[in-house]
Amino acid sequence: MDSQTIATAPEEQLPGGVGRHEHPSFLRHHFETVGQQREAASFGMWVFLLTEVMFFGGMFCAYLIFRNWYHPAFVAGSNTLDITLGTTNTAVLICSSFTMAMAVFSAEMRRKGALMLFLVLTIFLGLVFLGIKGVEWHQKYVDHHIPGMGFSIQEFVHPTNPKAVALAPDMAEKTQIYFSLYFLMTGMHALHMVIGVSLLFFLLWRASRGAYTEGHIMPIENFGLYWHFVDIIWIFLFPLLYLISRYQ
Amino acid sequence: MSATIVSLPDQATATLPRKSFLNQEYGLKSWLLTGDHKRIAILYLVSITFFFVIGGILAGLIRLELLTPTADLMATDTYNKVFSMHGIIMVFLFLVPSVPATIGNFLIPLMVGARDLAFPKINLLSWYLYVAGGLVILGAMILGGVDTGWTFTTPLSTHYLNTHVVTAAMGIFLAGFSSIFTGLNFIVTIHRMRCPGMTWFRLPLFAWGHYATSIIMILGTPVLAITLVLVALEATLNIGVFDPTKGGDPLLFQHLFWFYSHPAVYIMILPGMAVISEVISTFSRKRVFGYTAVAFSSVAIAVFGFFVWEHHMFIMGVSQYSALVFSLLTMLVAVPSAIKIFNWSATLYQGSITFETPMLYAFGFLGLFTIGGLTGIFLATLGMDVHLTETYFIVAHFHFVMVGGMLMAYLAGVHFWWPKMTGRMYPEGISKVSAIVTFIGFIVTFFPQFLLGYLGMPRRYAAYPADFQVLNVFSTAGASILGIGYLLPMLYLPWSLKYGKIAGDNPWQATGLEWQIQSPPLTENFVEIPIMDHEAYDYEWLANKIEHEVQTVG
Amino acid sequence: MSERNDPEHAEQHIVGPKVYGTVFGILLLLTATTTGVAFIDMGVYNAVVALAIACIKAALVVLFFMHIHYSSRLLKMTVGAGLFTFIVLILLTMSDYISRAWGMW
Repeated sequence: MDSQTIATAPEEQLPGGVGRHEHPSFLRHHFETVGQQREAASFGMWVFLLTEVMFFGGMFCAYLIFRNWYHPAFVAGSNTLDITLGTTNTAVLICSSFTMAMAVFSAEMRRKGALMLFLVLTIFLGLVFLGIKGVEWHQKYVDHHIPGMGFSIQEFVHPTNPKAVALAPDMAEKTQIYFSLYFLMTGMHALHMVIGVSLLFFLLWRASRGAYTEGHIMPIENFGLYWHFVDIIWIFLFPLLYLISRYQ
Repeated sequence: MSATIVSLPDQATATLPRKSFLNQEYGLKSWLLTGDHKRIAILYLVSITFFFVIGGILAGLIRLELLTPTADLMATDTYNKVFSMHGIIMVFLFLVPSVPATIGNFLIPLMVGARDLAFPKINLLSWYLYVAGGLVILGAMILGGVDTGWTFTTPLSTHYLNTHVVTAAMGIFLAGFSSIFTGLNFIVTIHRMRCPGMTWFRLPLFAWGHYATSIIMILGTPVLAITLVLVALEATLNIGVFDPTKGGDPLLFQHLFWFYSHPAVYIMILPGMAVISEVISTFSRKRVFGYTAVAFSSVAIAVFGFFVWEHHMFIMGVSQYSALVFSLLTMLVAVPSAIKIFNWSATLYQGSITFETPMLYAFGFLGLFTIGGLTGIFLATLGMDVHLTETYFIVAHFHFVMVGGMLMAYLAGVHFWWPKMTGRMYPEGISKVSAIVTFIGFIVTFFPQFLLGYLGMPRRYAAYPADFQVLNVFSTAGASILGIGYLLPMLYLPWSLKYGKIAGDNPWQATGLEWQIQSPPLTENFVEIPIMDHEAYDYEWLANKIEHEVQTVG
Repeated sequence: MSERNDPEHAEQHIVGPKVYGTVFGILLLLTATTTGVAFIDMGVYNAVVALAIACIKAALVVLFFMHIHYSSRLLKMTVGAGLFTFIVLILLTMSDYISRAWGMW
């Protein structure tokens, strides 16, 4: 289907012509039209997200194998995570995706105030997520569940919770793999969140100067794609890490 | 003397164009902060050559050591480091970026009729990432190097680590992102920035080849990135995912590593094949036979290349059943490559063939890549692979395809587009000699290695049974000849910058948009965005055009 | 040439708050469901259900928040390509583990 031409013919570049964009300041010189630039940028962001899918994909692959191999250890490990905090965090991220989508809408509607409001809300929700994550990680530190930092299998061999199943010592050792993957995956996700929030501050500053409410919504749009993607990663991380055999 | 198609302007009166991308801006900053894809290509050309020389010196050391059956030139540990660094540098810092980052960067916008790639700043960033990655890898080498082989097999690279694997891994991580950004740029440019009239099937096959390469870069390299992160974490924090004593699986590393590294070999060869399509067409004065088949086979190689990685692990303890599956899939991936060889051969048939230097390299490619590819089929066969793997047969196989194939194609491309990039011709006489010397040197170096492997000499060994010495001596002798073949272009190409003949717009009388503009091109490539109104490799259109003597404004 | 395939016009469809709000509501609902269902013993199907719900949530985000539902065929194929490659990684790697070392302990 892409056998049609993409760029407009040179005639539309003539001054006074039907050109709907008489060279806005944000049109880069190697693009013929704003539409082409916008499509290229959007496509470029999606291709970048593909690389992110494969980047996280390797981790999911490792997770899959070890969950199958050491299922009891994964169950035990998962049950030490706080499901309330996890569910809350999931809801927080979903809210932030909503506010980000609304930010894009505001930019399209050229409402600067609304755009800034939604960006601020997204930042706030992102920081809440990171805060809760910090609390959870601290809890793991206190529980001696961080591999390499005084990791202890006591909890798994002699569980304090009467409903929990006691593990044999060699299976209990495998909880280290669970927690390694937990920290690797949530850590990598958190790193992406930090980068996202930092970019959001920059976008907020630029938005305050009206950069995105005069037709140039591309950066907000593309950042939105990135933000939603980070949300999607969490959408998968949450059930995989937090909800393993919770009924026990 | 055979006929030549070279058509140069009258040297008595010809000059380089007054304005070109080389002189439209001056100063170091204009180069280091450029967004011009052509300048970035030149930056890459220089840095890639630098790393190639280092990798080449390491190769020389390997061959020197292997002159004698004992490990007398260097300690075995040092030898391990030498071949590991040779592999890392040649794969990640030379072969992967070679054609795409230099010739691809230069030509893709010209070939699609655009003023630049879609994201010039990201293009520049990709060069800086490349240089940073390269420096980190050099740093690892200077600090003491890596002795695990370029394949970083666990648990040697993690649990039993005593070398600078983590540093090297981080360097490769950076270089990998350079590759990703190059691929990203190409995909978006080819999809979205073709000029009016440039349909997919009017693109030169060079563009198709780079499109396919970019798909692999995008989808495969990130898996390498996460694998390297895992190795670094495993080596520093001992997380246990690859450590059997902690319940991890060393094979998981290999699955993830080869998931990238097999498609990576197609990242390395597809751009070379892309060059060959252009060269063979030009020097046979014929449209590439079966254009559609060649275009689709490029994409097919990219796709199928993702399905075969386990053939690097046949003896590592994978299950027999999966090994059978992957063996079958590996046979399949040979088909599109073969299709290309057939189509190029058919292009040559009844063409008006002339033997300028790029064509000599292309012929070298055809022969050597075919041999290398056929030996790949031996290796795909599970039963044979069990005997041949980890021997010099493998070393010979991949050097045939990578050096006999890819490196020859790279040289073909550099020579073919040298007049376009610099405005000057390289000296034809010495370059022909150099091509022939390279070909002879290559065969003498690497053909004995097939025999060595078949006879049982293991790879990555500094010492070997004395029976193998004769073949090794041949191989080293060939390496010195090969070295001369590579040294000569490094001398005459810079020489030609000052003393080479003025090339004019289209010294090869080739089709393709890049040949219809001045040499070197303007920074903005085209005075007016062209409108593509003819098929690719349309020599009739070209003849018409020359007849009407339409000059592009310089 | 339909608007959907004309790249310069494809993105001009502006998705409004109503769509976003509805999707948002469904996502929150599904999140609650996922957590709730985790406490019901369904054996091996717990994982299946959890992943299925996650896939639906992800699909909603991709289609509506990320506008793929309204985007050109190229972008739809791009998403497909990413999914395909990820699945190849998982399936072919599993082909080794399943036939050698599945549920080892």
